[in-house]
Amino acid sequence: MLPPMENRFESVTGVRDALRGVNYLSDESIAGVVYLADRLRKPILVEGPAGTGKTQLAKSVAETTGARLIRLQCYEGLDEAKALYEWNYKKQLLRIQAERGDASKDWSEMSDDIFGDEFLLTRPLLEAIRAEDPVVLLIDEVDRVEIETEALLLEILSDYQVSIPEMGTITATQIPLVFLTSNNTRELSEALKRRCLFLHIDYPEIDREREIVLTKVPGITETLADQVARIVRTIRSLELKKAPSVSETLDWANTLVLLGVQQVTEADAVDTLHILLKYQTDIAKTAKELSSAQSKWQKTP
Amino acid sequence: MTVTEDADSVPVPIELGQPLLELLNGFVIELRNASIPVSLTENLDAMEALRHVPLGDREAFKYALAATMVKNQSHWKAFETVFEIYFSLRGDQYALGEDGEGQPSEDGEEQDGDGDGEMAGQGGDGKGGGSAITPEQLAQMLYNAILSGDRGLMRMVSRTAVKRFAGMEPGRPVGGTYYLYRTLRNLDLDGVLAKLMEEARQKVGGKMSPLEERLQGDEFENRVDQLRQEIEAEIRRRLVADRGVEAMAKTLRKPLPEDVDFMHASRDEMAKLRKAIYPLTRKLAVRLQRKRLHGRRGALDFRNTVRHSMSYGGVPAELKFRRPRPKKPDIMVIADISGSVAAFARFTLHLVYAISSQFSKVRSFVFIDGLDEVTKYFEGTEDILEAVHRVNTEADVVWVDGHSDYGHAFEVFWEKFGREVGPKTTVIILGDARNNYHSSQAWIIKELREKARSVFWLNPEPRSYWDTGDSIVGEYGQHCNGVFECRNLRQLEGFVDNLA
Repeated sequence: MLPPMENRFESVTGVRDALRGVNYLSDESIAGVVYLADRLRKPILVEGPAGTGKTQLAKSVAETTGARLIRLQCYEGLDEAKALYEWNYKKQLLRIQAERGDASKDWSEMSDDIFGDEFLLTRPLLEAIRAEDPVVLLIDEVDRVEIETEALLLEILSDYQVSIPEMGTITATQIPLVFLTSNNTRELSEALKRRCLFLHIDYPEIDREREIVLTKVPGITETLADQVARIVRTIRSLELKKAPSVSETLDWANTLVLLGVQQVTEADAVDTLHILLKYQTDIAKTAKELSSAQSKWQKTP
Repeated sequence: MTVTEDADSVPVPIELGQPLLELLNGFVIELRNASIPVSLTENLDAMEALRHVPLGDREAFKYALAATMVKNQSHWKAFETVFEIYFSLRGDQYALGEDGEGQPSEDGEEQDGDGDGEMAGQGGDGKGGGSAITPEQLAQMLYNAILSGDRGLMRMVSRTAVKRFAGMEPGRPVGGTYYLYRTLRNLDLDGVLAKLMEEARQKVGGKMSPLEERLQGDEFENRVDQLRQEIEAEIRRRLVADRGVEAMAKTLRKPLPEDVDFMHASRDEMAKLRKAIYPLTRKLAVRLQRKRLHGRRGALDFRNTVRHSMSYGGVPAELKFRRPRPKKPDIMVIADISGSVAAFARFTLHLVYAISSQFSKVRSFVFIDGLDEVTKYFEGTEDILEAVHRVNTEADVVWVDGHSDYGHAFEVFWEKFGREVGPKTTVIILGDARNNYHSSQAWIIKELREKARSVFWLNPEPRSYWDTGDSIVGEYGQHCNGVFECRNLRQLEGFVDNLA
């Protein structure tokens, strides 16, 4: 049974405003899913292209709820000992040696002793479960672990508990808000997906992007932000190897501000394209697209 | 967002009552019919989620359902379609005949508000209605809607336009596309676009820089797209009212991107396929890379084992193995690029080259009745699409008449490149084996198989069509290591996965 808990957010609008307060501009779907996750006590699986603010979402939610962020960065070869818990065997060994010759203790007492709390090294997942204070657990790039390792997460995600054979089951005292992010380099298992709410964060709509640029880039004018957002939208509509992400858009906007550009011309855009795009073929293609006049809107006489 | 104030967004009764549950039940069944896997727990989660969102808010309702039931981004489109059908503005369904009522009173500056009211009286039958608004007025409204990008105004324009131009009649057995076409034909969106651009140009003094022009054009195009969506929604809404939800859902059911048939994909679907292929190749590359490193053991690493035995007091309790270095296969792709199977060949070439780092060497050949090597187009370019395009335009593949002649193509291959097929080579042949009754020269395949590591044939036709008419895939197939039906991305992915 899950422990009773207070809700973190009042309403969807509440989520949006709270996130806005920490400079994270969400949209209807992001705020809606975060709100549902809070109400339903379910983890959120966040997917989407790189650089659209998946990790940032977890950080911002932690910040706005005043919770501690516990982060588990996934990588190939991640195992139980790194993700859940580990026995501090050096300390156990010391203990055994210290008590050697003490005939009053028999074996069962001793084994109870060395598998106690004192000898347990908590890793991020266990830490999140045992935390007394509010926490947000971020499991980053979960698609990097092997499909077998995913199973480690299942117990935690559905029941918020960890079973340690020597100690029994540790249940959460309070339910952390859990975010899993994935870059979709492989299909996650059905079992994992079933336990989560799914949120796809795509490149933002033009209005939201403009707002993000305005909030995050100091000293930018509204016209420039508008132009930046529109150029980026046009670039994203091209068929490229890697479309510019939000963070790259921000870098670009920053660059334009530093260069003292008021109004982006083709020359400015083409000169600074390498900040938005990382492949030479993409840059060449985009430069060509941006600077060649499009005749398709010419009115035919 | 002002969704809640919108009259269109009150789709369902407010409490989670029996009718809603039944509707949701049908909705879930339809999702499953559209091959979106919705498990029982997910269904229950969705019900639970709905208790926490205001049911009057259509957007929130949609996201609650999506977050709990759709766990794959490529299924989103299908979900959206089903959602639109099931929850398409049921609130003012009755308002269909008399259009005026359901209309939110827009802040009618230009669009004459009373015109709408008058229409309400006569709007009963499709064509005759709406005569209160002259075509000029409608054109003006359309112009204003696109100029301002106002969704409410667009919705109104599309309602009027559909009513007037689509000629929808109850029970008429034509699809939504037909109505869409009829409506759009009458609206002359291209003309409006040109006019808007012309005026934008006037505004800045007659001359725009190419960049400005491009941006402005994209902006307007975007709005026109929105308008088109509104029109589609309006048509769909009327069709649902006419035919009922289940029937509509059935007609609009589309295969998911990974299930789209290569040979019958529309242009739209092709574009989607092209988009889908990039993440797919990335996934495949990662998976193949992992497979290479895992699950196999190399030879015993003696030194490492001894070193680790130290921690067990010299007992080699933990054996260590060398990292395996399995050989990467050498690939030769021979693709038929004649009309019907060209799309399939394109996708396969694209896929193979996108993961070419997983192979030690990839060479590709294309043919119709002649054969040409096209490896050079792919070398030294990062842009696979461009290369595929060059293959289509520059390769010299026609020998006599431009009808597929597998026999001759294989002969050329055998003559020119047969020597280069070695025991490490995997030969992949792409085509439907429709040979136009030329001689098959199947002995070449047999010879190839003896020289090569393996020979595979991928056929984009459904298995039931094989060996009918001039298809002789069976004759070739008996000499191959395997013949596979490969009609969609899912099957293609499966094949490539097993290849490396």
